[in-house]
Amino acid sequence: MNRPATLLDDALTLDDDEPIQKGRLILVEDCVETSGAFVLHHLIKRFLSSSDNIILFVAFSHPFSHYDRILRKMGCNLAAQRENKRLLFFDMLMLECPADLAFVFNLWMIDDGVEGGLIALYGNIYKAVEVNSSNKNITVMIDDISLLEVAANGSTKDVLNFMHYCHTLTTQFGCTIITVLHEDIYSSGDEFTFPLQMEYLADITIKTEPLITGLAADVHGQLTILDKGTIGRSGSMKGKIHNFRYKIKENNRLF
Amino acid sequence: MADAVCRVLRDGALEGEHATSLTINDSVSSPFGPTVFDYLFTQLSSFISSSKSQSRGIVLVTFSRSPSFTAELLKNRGFDITKSHEWLRVLDCYTDPLGWKERLRDRGVIKAPVTEASVNVSVCKDVRNLDDLFSQILALGKGLVGDGKNRFSVAIDSLTEMIRHTSLSSVACLLSNLRSYAQVSSIFWLLHSDLHDMKAIAAFEYMSSMVANVKPLTSENTDKFYLLEQSYKRGQFHASLKRRNGRVRIMREEFSIENSLIKFTSMETGANAVAQSLVPKVQFNLQLSDKERSDRAKVVLPFEHQETEKSVQIYDGRKSDLHEINGVPFDNLKKNEDSGRGEIIYFRDSDDEMPDSDEDPDDDLDI
Repeated sequence: MNRPATLLDDALTLDDDEPIQKGRLILVEDCVETSGAFVLHHLIKRFLSSSDNIILFVAFSHPFSHYDRILRKMGCNLAAQRENKRLLFFDMLMLECPADLAFVFNLWMIDDGVEGGLIALYGNIYKAVEVNSSNKNITVMIDDISLLEVAANGSTKDVLNFMHYCHTLTTQFGCTIITVLHEDIYSSGDEFTFPLQMEYLADITIKTEPLITGLAADVHGQLTILDKGTIGRSGSMKGKIHNFRYKIKENNRLF
Repeated sequence: MADAVCRVLRDGALEGEHATSLTINDSVSSPFGPTVFDYLFTQLSSFISSSKSQSRGIVLVTFSRSPSFTAELLKNRGFDITKSHEWLRVLDCYTDPLGWKERLRDRGVIKAPVTEASVNVSVCKDVRNLDDLFSQILALGKGLVGDGKNRFSVAIDSLTEMIRHTSLSSVACLLSNLRSYAQVSSIFWLLHSDLHDMKAIAAFEYMSSMVANVKPLTSENTDKFYLLEQSYKRGQFHASLKRRNGRVRIMREEFSIENSLIKFTSMETGANAVAQSLVPKVQFNLQLSDKERSDRAKVVLPFEHQETEKSVQIYDGRKSDLHEINGVPFDNLKKNEDSGRGEIIYFRDSDDEMPDSDEDPDDDLDI
């Protein structure tokens, strides 16, 4: 089905046979002035529009009803996709602490605590990816990593270890990992290295920033896509940068 | 110049010397450390596989790349992968660095991975135990070259990751032990300088016989998109080599990334092109014509920037100082300075004022 490709789709080459986001870790960095949630919503709709794609959504930020409402306005029925097993939704808000993960997922960990909880979460993501990756493209979305850090009692080290293991899924199964990070939370103190660590780990960074010139009525912000490049089939490295403005409308996004 | 660095790694160390070591520093503003690392790795591998280097094999310790990436990289550079087991061993600290997968496998949560057993690759399941890591590196190296006088090289693709799992002191200890091990010919590692404090960076530079810094083209703020774009295609490569006689050779080059290959060019030819490309494209002329350049050279600068041989005398407005300063004739003052002795020249506020006067200087104010 032909659809008008947006600039974001072009930048991520979503229409290509070998889209650059396949088998990569994508980091969406946003701030209070310009929320990056719309990027996630856009990509959810885009991926679910093809029957070859499955999304595994790990939600720390909002319940299912929130995403369902937003995507419905954009013309995508998340409830139906969930029933068709095209969308696997892990609602982490129901759990009080990471140790609950072990209980919920029926795992016996010798040591409870943050690391055990994250290992359990990783185990279930791994299982879901392994089962579904043989004939479909699977994308894991984590919304968001700043709240994952809160759930891990502020243990940045364990969160980075968890993200490293998620990165190994991209090389083992060719799946895509997309996560959101709020950059302005870490603007001072020792935690400043956390966004940098994630930028080093990520293959593609999508930054949403306000315009340098300030507020504007018809433009909500600017998107910068930094692609470090990978060695594709032809052996060529495609490091690229894209930059364009966006406007969020009620049920659409303009780039 | 990057090739000069490769040659030093290739030539290794003399008998009784510590292994040649190289630190590659990069930052997020010019994230090409891994690319430079890959270049040096493939160049050194080329020397090793064709028996043109001191070392007979190389042990690659990977934290941030999978073994399959390394295989792909070597294949794209024209290496025969089937023969790589003769000169390459990979210590895989990427796949399961903390043993999480093993724990999940033991509990039956995930199945054993269906991966090809590879002669080259050993998986490390606990990178926090550096003593064990050290033993594994040595075991792999000896497995390649045997015991005896043959030597091997070691490459660590991310020291930053290793420090994140352990500590600065234990990593420094590991590197020091590797450097002093007789069979190690050369070592090089990658460090992301913006993730460490100055103390850590200095510690590793002190341990290195060579330091290579990957920098963006310009140190200006990269908020401007075109500068950011340039920094993702090109950059600067600064290398300093400590020679055996104690002198340090500093080299600078530019590099550009084209079709997966990194190309190094000398700074002179690159500088003007960079300057040209950095000038924003606007409708008015920002260049200088030859006449304007010569006129600018003729402008007389304010005296403190004239840089003439005459020492700068600052006249503070009192006529008495023209002839005599502190009892020394003006003409002699210059000679005293020329003789190189230290002089303290004191200008009194008033010639009439006695030294150490008890009078309040504000007494004569009449407000």
